[in-house]
Amino acid sequence: MEKDPKNIIDEVTQSEYKYGFFTDIEMDTAPKGLNEDIIRFISLKKNEPQWLLEFRLDAYRKWLGMTEPTWAHLHHPPINYQDIIYYAAPKRKKELSSLDEVDPELLDTFKKLGISLEEQKRLSGVAVDAVIDSVSVKTTFSDTLEKKGILFCSFSDAVQKYPDLVKQYMGSVVPSDDNYFAALNSAVFTDGSFCYIPKGVRCPVELSTYFRINAANTGQFERTLIIGDEGSYVSYMEGCTAPMRDENQLHAAIVEIIALKDAQVKYSTVQNWYPGNKKGEGGIYNFVTKRGICKGNNSKISWTQVETGSAITWKYPSVVLMGDNSVGEFYSVAVTNNYQQADTGSKMIHLGKNTKSTIISKGISAGYSNNSYRGLVKMTKRAENSRNFSQCDSLLLGDKCGAHTWPYIKTENKSSIVEHEATTSKISDDQLYYCNQRGISTENAIGLIVNGYAREVLKQLPMEFAVEAQKLLAVSLEGSVG
Amino acid sequence: MEEISVINIKEALIQHFHDNMQFIGKVDSPRIADIRQQAIATFSELGFPDIKQEKWRNTDLSKVLERSYSFSATPQPQNVNVDELFKCEVPGFDTQSVTVLNGWYMNGGKMLTTLANGMVVGSLRAAFEAFPELIEKHYAMYADHKIHGLSALNTAMAMDGVFIYVPDNVVAEKPLQMVSVINMNEDSMIQLRNLVILGKNSKLTLVQCDDSIDDHRSFINTVSEFYLADNAHLDHYKLQNKNDRSTLINSSWFHLERSANLSSNGISLNGGFIRNESYATLAGSGSHADLLGLYLMDRNQHIDNQIFVDHASPDCTSNEQFKGILDDHASGVFNGHILVRKDAQRTNAYQNNKNILISDKAVIDTKPFLEIYADDVKCSHGATIGQLDEQAMFYLRSRGISYENARMLLMYAFAAEIVNKISIEQLRNRIDDLVKKRLRGELSICDQCVLHCNAQEQRVAFKIDMSRI
Repeated sequence: MEKDPKNIIDEVTQSEYKYGFFTDIEMDTAPKGLNEDIIRFISLKKNEPQWLLEFRLDAYRKWLGMTEPTWAHLHHPPINYQDIIYYAAPKRKKELSSLDEVDPELLDTFKKLGISLEEQKRLSGVAVDAVIDSVSVKTTFSDTLEKKGILFCSFSDAVQKYPDLVKQYMGSVVPSDDNYFAALNSAVFTDGSFCYIPKGVRCPVELSTYFRINAANTGQFERTLIIGDEGSYVSYMEGCTAPMRDENQLHAAIVEIIALKDAQVKYSTVQNWYPGNKKGEGGIYNFVTKRGICKGNNSKISWTQVETGSAITWKYPSVVLMGDNSVGEFYSVAVTNNYQQADTGSKMIHLGKNTKSTIISKGISAGYSNNSYRGLVKMTKRAENSRNFSQCDSLLLGDKCGAHTWPYIKTENKSSIVEHEATTSKISDDQLYYCNQRGISTENAIGLIVNGYAREVLKQLPMEFAVEAQKLLAVSLEGSVG
Repeated sequence: MEEISVINIKEALIQHFHDNMQFIGKVDSPRIADIRQQAIATFSELGFPDIKQEKWRNTDLSKVLERSYSFSATPQPQNVNVDELFKCEVPGFDTQSVTVLNGWYMNGGKMLTTLANGMVVGSLRAAFEAFPELIEKHYAMYADHKIHGLSALNTAMAMDGVFIYVPDNVVAEKPLQMVSVINMNEDSMIQLRNLVILGKNSKLTLVQCDDSIDDHRSFINTVSEFYLADNAHLDHYKLQNKNDRSTLINSSWFHLERSANLSSNGISLNGGFIRNESYATLAGSGSHADLLGLYLMDRNQHIDNQIFVDHASPDCTSNEQFKGILDDHASGVFNGHILVRKDAQRTNAYQNNKNILISDKAVIDTKPFLEIYADDVKCSHGATIGQLDEQAMFYLRSRGISYENARMLLMYAFAAEIVNKISIEQLRNRIDDLVKKRLRGELSICDQCVLHCNAQEQRVAFKIDMSRI
């Protein structure tokens, strides 16, 4: 018998978070709270050079003078920054050179997450840097990559091995006083990934970072720095999960991308932090600053994101189009359910001539959630003949949720063209009727429509991720819907 | 001129309020007196809006407020014949016309007029005494004085304006024209308040004109409230043709009951600094609001359109369309906001802002914003900034039309979408004409005007040729 569409939508909200397990690994943690001593402690733990400590302290002092932004369409109890552990790392016994030496508990964790840490998964051809809590635990494939001259390692390693590159580029795209959360991250970041693609090199494999928050009461503050030198190409993927906990955990990350002349960087994210339970308890507060700069002419940066997790998402991957003829892209699917709140979008700042940008954002809200798109397209005086196209669609499943669109558009020259369109709708009875009439059950029809709706973005993902993303959509929304 | 800082203006206004309380609140009912007190408190708390506020980030009042303005609590004796002072430039436009001079209702001493069909037109201040019931029911019920300092200032200080009451089932045949002119010998700040009440099944066409007839600086802060009872129908036009030194803040609050129908059309042809705020609350189911706007700005002019449509009931529809052409150093702002409340199911809302920038120095900021809490809705918005359609240009040129002519044709077509929606024929023709002139670079008011207020050094005393204004 045909089910009532209302029930199907209810069923959709039944699915559980499946990455909510906790791994008991011996941890090395700093005491709770934040002060200059904690920062010195982190810096010391990581054996950092003096300039980096200065950078952290400087950011911390700036952070003290800033106030938490309140403009986003988000509601949450105030965050107590003194109640967070700013450093938590799996206890490292010795340097690891092969997987056999990795803590079996840890391997098990990644097995559960389905991450190709193991050698046998070499076939999938993905180089992975896994960051658990605050520290990068294992980077695969680095030897292969090194032959090509590609540097791909944890951020801490990069500080030790390539201090010049780190010093030159860190903070150049997201300055330490860019915003409240960026300042916090700059002060306390513990690890992250670093990637440098040399001139003219096309990275043969997909690079991937997997972030996981494991320990309780910790915040995760990682930093990713990707540098595409002239004429290089890289596709970079990021995934994240966290255990189910009743309290909220803070995640404040920074991603910086620098694309020099003719370089292309593609950054894909599948964000699946723990979203909290059905009553809106627990979940990750995700405050992320992601920004790329197309520094050289003809460069290109592309962001693709599938956002299904987090109790709160505050994230605006941006591109500064500085080089002439550079291209910026942003593709996003954001799904919110239960009491999740997402305020996400993109900024495209056109500085160079003939620059182009595209924003495709698809929001899906269900339950009691609120899903907002907030974006900025700015054409400066110099950005002649530039072009932007933005499309922001929202789909509402259920009458208790909200979908909002805040596009800011500013143009200062006469030759640029900016187009923005947005629609908000629910799955219409007409569409369902059309499908039903052709023998497709309401259940399948909703699945079909949601998938079709998100398809434009999903097709931008690298194959390995597209599969995961589609599954995630299924978990987050579809329930019994195929 | 003595430089007065923003703070000083604020303090001076508050002082002025307290000093003249007796006169300002002379005809107030206890409720209104109370609202005035609340509003002045709000104003002293908020002050003038500044660019730190989200809705004012692209409209900077500080330059305008650096000047000194005079504000008087009493109407200045004006022994002028308003009809001579100002002549409507729409040929053959047969209207019932009322004039507000320097913020005071003028009609040859007759403060309230009851027309044959029962419609009442007159001074708001007089209506306070003559129609206390209507005033109690509607005055200051729709405009939110807490929204920003200017709104609070108006609520506290406004003393006069136009009062219109159309009783139930009355259809006003002739359009009503409300002309607000400023003729002061000094730079002045004026608070103007209008109240328009439409009874059930009534119909009114209202043309609200803001004009300057001298070249003094002026700061006009207008708040208008419109109440549309069940099935009432209001056709509202705002024509703005001010001198380049004027500042005009115009907020209109529309409250629509069941099946009411609003069409509001704002045409801004000239003006130094214009901010139009339109708030439409669709309070009754089945109501419909059309909010249209066209702005053609050049030189250093600034235009800001803030539109807020509140879908508070189910089955309502709204349609917003704003188009603008900006030249020289002109700057434009569009800030649209559609709110669909939780129970406003089956809402259909549309919002669109299209802009053409002609010069590299012109700037446009647009933010079409949707906030939706109901699921059975169809909402869409769009914004474009760009130039003329290249394909259309190619099409025209391939048919032998010169680049200049083709460009003119396309710009005209761009504006025509809004102009064609004007339902009064004479007005449409006139606007059409003005738009054409404007696009050809023959600036509407200023170039025809004999005052040449933009070229200061040429100011000489001479007799004004009235026929040319």
